[in-house]
Amino acid sequence: MTLLATQGLSKHFAGLQAVRGVDLDLPRGEVRALIGPNGAGKTTLVGMICGRIAPSSGTVHFDGRDITALPAHRRINLGMAYTFQITSVFARLDAAENVALAARRRVRGEGVEAVVQEALARVGLADRAATLAGDLSYGHQRLLEIAMGLAQAPRLLILDEPTQGLAESEIAAFKSLIRDLAGGATILLIEHNMSVVMETANRVTVLNAGEVLAEGAPAEIRADKAVQAAYLGTG
Amino acid sequence: MSERAKVVGLHGGLLVLLFALQFALPAYHHGNLARIMVLASFAIGYNLLFGYTGLLSLGHALFFAAGMYGAGLSVLHFGWSPAPALIVGLAAGAAVSALLGLLALRTAGVAFMIVTLMFAQAGYLAILYFGKWTYGDEGFVIARAARMLHGVDLSDPASRYFAALALFAVSLAVCLWLVRSRFGKTLIAIRENEERTRMLGYDTFARKLGAMVISGAISAAAGAVYGLLFGYVGATFASVQYSIFPLLWVLLGGAGVVVGPFVGTLFMFYLIDLSSGVTTAYMLIAGVVLVLLTLFAPQGLTGELRRRLWPWLP
Ligand SMILES: Nc1ncnc2c1ncn2[C@@H]1O[C@H](COP(=O)(O)OP(=O)(O)OP(=O)(O)O)[C@@H](O)[C@H]1O
Ligand SMILES: [Mg+2]
Repeated sequence: MTLLATQGLSKHFAGLQAVRGVDLDLPRGEVRALIGPNGAGKTTLVGMICGRIAPSSGTVHFDGRDITALPAHRRINLGMAYTFQITSVFARLDAAENVALAARRRVRGEGVEAVVQEALARVGLADRAATLAGDLSYGHQRLLEIAMGLAQAPRLLILDEPTQGLAESEIAAFKSLIRDLAGGATILLIEHNMSVVMETANRVTVLNAGEVLAEGAPAEIRADKAVQAAYLGTG
Repeated sequence: MSERAKVVGLHGGLLVLLFALQFALPAYHHGNLARIMVLASFAIGYNLLFGYTGLLSLGHALFFAAGMYGAGLSVLHFGWSPAPALIVGLAAGAAVSALLGLLALRTAGVAFMIVTLMFAQAGYLAILYFGKWTYGDEGFVIARAARMLHGVDLSDPASRYFAALALFAVSLAVCLWLVRSRFGKTLIAIRENEERTRMLGYDTFARKLGAMVISGAISAAAGAVYGLLFGYVGATFASVQYSIFPLLWVLLGGAGVVVGPFVGTLFMFYLIDLSSGVTTAYMLIAGVVLVLLTLFAPQGLTGELRRRLWPWLP
């Protein structure tokens, strides 16, 4: 069963074709990694999926419904969550309130507190609940973003380079978190760290210069000559 | 003491103090405080939009005047009594702010300031243009006989003080309840990071519009009550000055603090009052004090209080 599908999704910015004709088909429950060199159009592609960026052409279907014309907040309310590549938290609010803002779209009253505690605990920030988000280290701010995504209990979780800036131990914890979530949520994961991709993804889509270059199981992708040439370099 | 108890204690305590002061104050200050409470209610409305939602409007005189003229004209031309006149003023303010919000909220930042400023100027000019009904620049007096509310004479200092306190108490309570509610917390989130708030699934446009209407309605209520209590309605209250005043009061008192507007209004009123007693160059003294405050207490008086002593201050 397909949860998310794009057909011919394209975006050009004043002459620059950032994404061209991408057809993506994401089955329910899958962890899909989206990889590609810098500037390949990964962030632009997911931006069009979650409604931050209007496509130049093409359509997006979510759960069988054409959502191409829906504004971002309506798409989020259908069950998407998006974490920003460039950390975007509420710097002057504490970590708990950051997560609570995410939770309040879904639960009310007493329930919020429990969701907040659980989401913070899952990313290892339980003891930071009262710290202002702006005072957290960069790595912890990334984890806070992930906690905000978790608190939304989304059907589709889009993570844009979540492990960027994380320490080795935090990356290991992140991998096991994704393995925990797998099966429940569908995850679209933009990732540069190949060990994360290899260990968590069911399938990998490679984007290069705005186009899908290859798609397959992690091992296939690693062995693909064209992918190696475009992205992995030495392989 | 729990945070909730502190919050209720502080704001309730302020209202009790204001209630008690009417028996202790000499006539001059008694009258001043009544005026300050009405103007502080105006500033509370302004603070909701500026301090909590992060939208800097330069057009709030339009809402204050919508309330004042909505009430004043109903009394003048239809002979309505203060209670329905107040409701007309409130409704006029809500309608005008909804309309302006629908247009101005398509912009942000400096453009928002300019659009609100322009519409407020248009409102001011409209009052002058329709001078046949509004008496333009000169304005009009609301006769004492028309200011009777259920047998209470609103021009009498004691009942005037009480009415001003009632308006202030309601405004303060509404503001306090609002900023601690889900809706208020979302407004704060919009102020802090609108894009992130949107991407959490909140319709930020609708909420900013909601904030604008509530802000406009409170400002209009203050304008209506001001006209009814002090008996005069004039175009000055629609001029750009009355858009700048609430901004100054809120900045001085503390933006995004519930008691900030009252402290700022009180401070500025007495700053001008006292310095004009000392010298004719009183605006100079006021100016210097304002500059010093922005240098040493950039978050306003109560903002500093929150930063240094009372982090729980809502
Ligand atoms: N708002 C914009 N205006 C103009 N060009 C843009 C805009 N956003 C992205 N681009 C360009 O589109 C191309 C794709 O950018 P995008 O951010 O989607 O790449 P990416 O694959 O996410 O890269 P990275 O791995 O560095 O995050 C780049 O050449 C980028 O410079
Ligand atoms: Mg990117």
